[in-house]
Amino acid sequence: MNRQPVFPEWQGRDLDGMLAACQELLEDTDFPTVRRWREAGGKVVGHFQVYFPEEIAHAAGLLPFKVRGAPIEPKHADSHFGSYLCSILKSSLELALSGRVTLDLFVSHPICDAARNLAAVWGRNASHPCQILYLPQNAASPSARTYLRGEYARLRDVIASIAGREVTDERLRASIEIFNDNRLLLRQLYALKRETPWRVAAHEAYMLTAIAGLIPREEHNALLHAVLPLLEQREGRPQDRIRVVFEGGFCEQPPFDLIRAIGRSCYVVDDDLLIGLRWILSDVPLTGDPLDRLAEAYLEGSSYSPVQHDPRKPKEKMLLERVRAADARAVIVAAAKMCEPGLEEQVAYVHALDEARVPYFVTEFEEGMTSFDQLEIQLETFIENLLFAEEVAS
Amino acid sequence: MSGENDGLLGRGNRDGARLFREWFDGLTAHAEAGGGAAYVFVMGSLGELLRTFDLPLVFPEINSLQTAVRHQAHEYLNEAEDIGYSPDICGYVKADVATQRRGGLLPMGRIPRPSIAVLTNACNTYIKWAEIWERMYHMPSYVLDIPGTREAGGQTWRGDGGFERDRSYVTAQLRELIGVLEGVTGKRFDIDRLRETMSHANRMSRSWKRVLELNRSRPAPFNALSDGTIYLGVCNGFRGDERGARYFEDLVEEMEAKRDRGLGTLTDEQFRLVFVGVPCYPIFRRFNEMFMEHGGTFVHSTYLWFASGGANMGWEYDLANPVESLAEGLLVGVRDAMDSMFFQTQALARMIDEHAVDGIVFHPIKSCRTVSTGLADNRRALMALRDIPSLYIESDMMDKRVVSEAQLKNRIDAFFEGLRSRRLQLAAGR
Repeated sequence: MNRQPVFPEWQGRDLDGMLAACQELLEDTDFPTVRRWREAGGKVVGHFQVYFPEEIAHAAGLLPFKVRGAPIEPKHADSHFGSYLCSILKSSLELALSGRVTLDLFVSHPICDAARNLAAVWGRNASHPCQILYLPQNAASPSARTYLRGEYARLRDVIASIAGREVTDERLRASIEIFNDNRLLLRQLYALKRETPWRVAAHEAYMLTAIAGLIPREEHNALLHAVLPLLEQREGRPQDRIRVVFEGGFCEQPPFDLIRAIGRSCYVVDDDLLIGLRWILSDVPLTGDPLDRLAEAYLEGSSYSPVQHDPRKPKEKMLLERVRAADARAVIVAAAKMCEPGLEEQVAYVHALDEARVPYFVTEFEEGMTSFDQLEIQLETFIENLLFAEEVAS
Repeated sequence: MSGENDGLLGRGNRDGARLFREWFDGLTAHAEAGGGAAYVFVMGSLGELLRTFDLPLVFPEINSLQTAVRHQAHEYLNEAEDIGYSPDICGYVKADVATQRRGGLLPMGRIPRPSIAVLTNACNTYIKWAEIWERMYHMPSYVLDIPGTREAGGQTWRGDGGFERDRSYVTAQLRELIGVLEGVTGKRFDIDRLRETMSHANRMSRSWKRVLELNRSRPAPFNALSDGTIYLGVCNGFRGDERGARYFEDLVEEMEAKRDRGLGTLTDEQFRLVFVGVPCYPIFRRFNEMFMEHGGTFVHSTYLWFASGGANMGWEYDLANPVESLAEGLLVGVRDAMDSMFFQTQALARMIDEHAVDGIVFHPIKSCRTVSTGLADNRRALMALRDIPSLYIESDMMDKRVVSEAQLKNRIDAFFEGLRSRRLQLAAGR
C-alpha cells in the first residue's frame, strides 16, 4: 500500500536528530502516528501487552497499535476501577475513554488477573469490538499448537471483517516477511547494546524498540536500517561501568526517565522491556500454513515472561541464561507496583540469583513516577559496592 | 413459623462441619503417614478424575481462608512477607507459602505434601502459585488450559465450530493429564471408577442448582454468605464423592422443608441482598452481622457461583462418554465461573429479578484481582441496567491490615438508611 509515512520526522536528519525525533514521538501521549494513520483512512487494532500476533492485523492492512499504558492521569478511567491495581490498566483504558486514540478493535489476552478483566471493562465502555485472545497457558501440551492455530484463524476472521478484506495466506506470508526483518533488526540492536553498550544508551535502545508499537513495521524497519549503521559507527569508548540486566519490564513500562537514570549508572546490556515485540526469537518460516507457523513460533521459538507458563522455560533459569549470555555482572529485578505476576516472580528470581551468586538490586516502579532521586542514589550505592568488591578482590 | 425441629433444620451446617472435620482428619492422617496429595483449586478441581487415582484433595484456597476465619492469617502472611513476598500479592498464596514452610501445619490439622498440582487458568494466580510448589517440591503440575468467553455475550455451545475446537483442546489435555496421573500414582486409569465419581458429581450439581433456586423463596432459607460458605466447602472438598452427593440431596430436603414451613435464616428478613466478590474472612462473622443487624439477608452471591467451579449450572455428565463429557463439563463450568467475574452484568440483573433483590453489595478485595478488578465497572453497568441501590466496600479476604471494621460499618449503616428511605418513598408512591 502506498501511504505517506506516519512518522516522517526522523528522515533526513543526523543520528542525534533521528533519536530526538524518536524521543519526541515516544513521549507524545496523544499518539500522533495513530491519528495520522486514521486520517489517511486506515483502521487500527489496539492490542494489550504482552504478545500479539501483529502479522495478522498487518496482513489485513490494519495498524497494530501496542497498548502499553502511558504516563497520563486516568481522569476518565479511574472511576471504572477499584484500588490496588497496576497503573497500566487504568492508563490504557484512559487512552480510549479520553479519545487520545481511536481503535476499530481492541484485543487483550489474559496475561494476569487484572488484564483478563480489562477486555470486559473495555468492552462495556467502548463502541468498537473487544476480544480476548486466549493464548495457551499449557504451552508444553502437544495440543496447544493446533488450538492456537485455530485461535489465530478466529482472530484472522474477526480482523478481516473489520478490515473489509480477505486475509489470504499470501498476504500473511508477506507480513511475516516484514516482521522477520523487524525481528532481525531488533536482534541487531540488542546485540549492539550487549557488545558495545557505550554506543547505544539504555533509553535510546528502548525508544528505538518501543516505536515499533506505534508505526507500521515497514516504517520501523526503514528507521532501524538507517539508525543501526550510525550507532555502530558512533564514537565512544567503553567506560568502567557495571553491566546489568534489567528484568521486570514485560508489561507496564518504567518511566522513560527512569530508564535513562539507570543508564547513567550502569550499562544495561539486556532486558525484558517490551518483550512481546521481541517474543519470537528467530525467523518465522515463510513456507507452509502461515497461521500454524506463527503458532509454532509462539510456542517453540520464543522468549519467556512471568505471564507465560511453560515448564520447559523455568523463568529463573531463563533469567540466569540471559545474564550469562549478556555477560552481565548484576541484575536489576524490578516489578511494576501492584503487578501480581511480576512481584511473585521477583521472589523466584532473587532466590535463583542468590544461589548463583549474582548480585541484584530489587525495586518497584510505576509508569507515572516522576521522581527517581532516591532510587538513583540506592542504585549508585549498589553499583559502588560492586565496584568496591571488585577492587578488593583484585 | 412452626417452631418444630425434626433434626432437619440446621442439618446442612452441622453435617457440613462434620464432613469438613472428617476431611481434615483424613488429610492429617495421610500427611503423618508420609503420603502425598493432589493440590487443586475451587475453579475446576477435577475431583471426579483425581479420586479415581485415590489422591487425597488439598484445596490451598480453603486452607488459607481458614487461617483468616480463625484469626491466624497475619502470622502466616508475615512469615511469607519475611522471605520476600510482597504485601501486594494474593494473601492466599502467602498463607500457603508459610503453611508449606511449616510442614503443612494449619489450625485445622496438617496437610500432605503435593504429589501433583492440577489447576486451570480460571485464575492466573493459580499458575504462579503452582510454580512456587514446583520450585519447592520438584513435583509436576498440570495447567488445564480452559479457553473462556472471547467477548461479552459470545459464549458458544455444542455444535459451534469454535466450541468444538475448545472442547477438543480440553479433551486432549485431559487425556494427557490422565497419563501424568498414571505416572505419578503408578495406577492404571479406571474408566468405570470415573463414571462412578462423575455420577456423584451429577447428583451434587443437580442438587446444588436446586438449593440455589430454593433461595428465591421469601424468606430465603439460607444466607448465601454465611451458610453458603459452608456449602461451598462441601461442594469442593467432596466433589465426585458419594458423601458430597448425599449431603446436597439432604440439603435440598432441608431447604424445601424450610421453604414449606416459611422459615428463613436467623435474621428477620427485611432486605434481600446479593453479595458480589469474596467474603471478608478476617472478620467473617462480624461482617455478616453488620448486615443482619439491619435485617439484611444475602440471598445469592457470585461467590456461590464461581467458587463452586460451575456446579451452580447443574451440569450433568454423559456417563456413556466420560472423558469427553468431563472435558465438556469442565469447559462449560470453568468458563461460566470466569464469566461470573468478568461478564457478570446480565447475570446479576437476572439474580435481581429472580431473587427479588433489594440491594447489591460489591466487595472488591486487595488480595484478589481476578474477582475485584472489574467490580467498579460492573457496578456502573448494572446501575445503568437496573434501578437498584448498591454498596461498594473494599477490604480483604485475608489481610486484617486493610480491613477497617468501623469504616465498613459506617458505610453499611448508611446503605441501609438509603434502603429504608427508598422503601418509604416507594410506599408513598414517590
